[in-house]
Amino acid sequence: MTVEASTEHLSEVRDFVAEHAAAFGFNQQEVADIRLAVDEAYTNIIKHAYQNNADETVEIELGYNNTKFWVTLLDTGNTFDVTKYSKPNICQRIKEKKRGGVGVYLIRKLMDDVEYQTEDATNTIRMTKIK
Amino acid sequence: MKNLNINHRQVGNYDVLELIGELDAHTASQLEKVLKRLINQEKHNIIVNCEDLEYIASAGLGVFMAYIEDVRSVGGDIKLSNMNPKVYNVFDLLGFPTLYDIVPEEEEAIQKFESDESE
Repeated sequence: MTVEASTEHLSEVRDFVAEHAAAFGFNQQEVADIRLAVDEAYTNIIKHAYQNNADETVEIELGYNNTKFWVTLLDTGNTFDVTKYSKPNICQRIKEKKRGGVGVYLIRKLMDDVEYQTEDATNTIRMTKIK
Repeated sequence: MKNLNINHRQVGNYDVLELIGELDAHTASQLEKVLKRLINQEKHNIIVNCEDLEYIASAGLGVFMAYIEDVRSVGGDIKLSNMNPKVYNVFDLLGFPTLYDIVPEEEEAIQKFESDESE
């Protein structure tokens, strides 16, 4: 599916992916994990790759084989530098009254494999869950 | 498109916010507005009842991260109650249970406030 980069579409995107994850045979908790991981990845693209420019679009692709289910999100915005990412210190962030910065950490906790790639100005995040 | 509704009740000296629906990057600003208003009115003893909160993403958690120090620095707190296991799991993944009072029932949040005050 292709959607505008707007938080307005978050629940629609979550429901779309969750429906397919459930049909693949994941249990409730696994479906919830995938739902949240997709939310976080899509939100990061809206906020950081496209800086809330709803004229841009995000492509969402699903794939699976016998044992794995993956969700791929593609954008053409700013590239996320995964090498600069470090685990957030929530306690410290609260003291500094900072929010956010925990989405990437959550995605890694929720999914079995997360890959980032940039090619020809297209950024790809592929998140895989094993059944 | 699913939404978030927020009900505000006064229980004694405490302000209870009931969250109904989904708290994500789209709806987080609604909660932020209500919390800000309470804090501006110097209402610092806040209970967020999550009984009808069906879903939370990190943007929702971010609102609690951004305002907790504001209320704690003046002796108040934001306590969370009645979370369903799925919502609790998201708080737990990020280690929130050691940083926030998360209790099963709203009544316990009130009791905690009362015992905090008598300390």
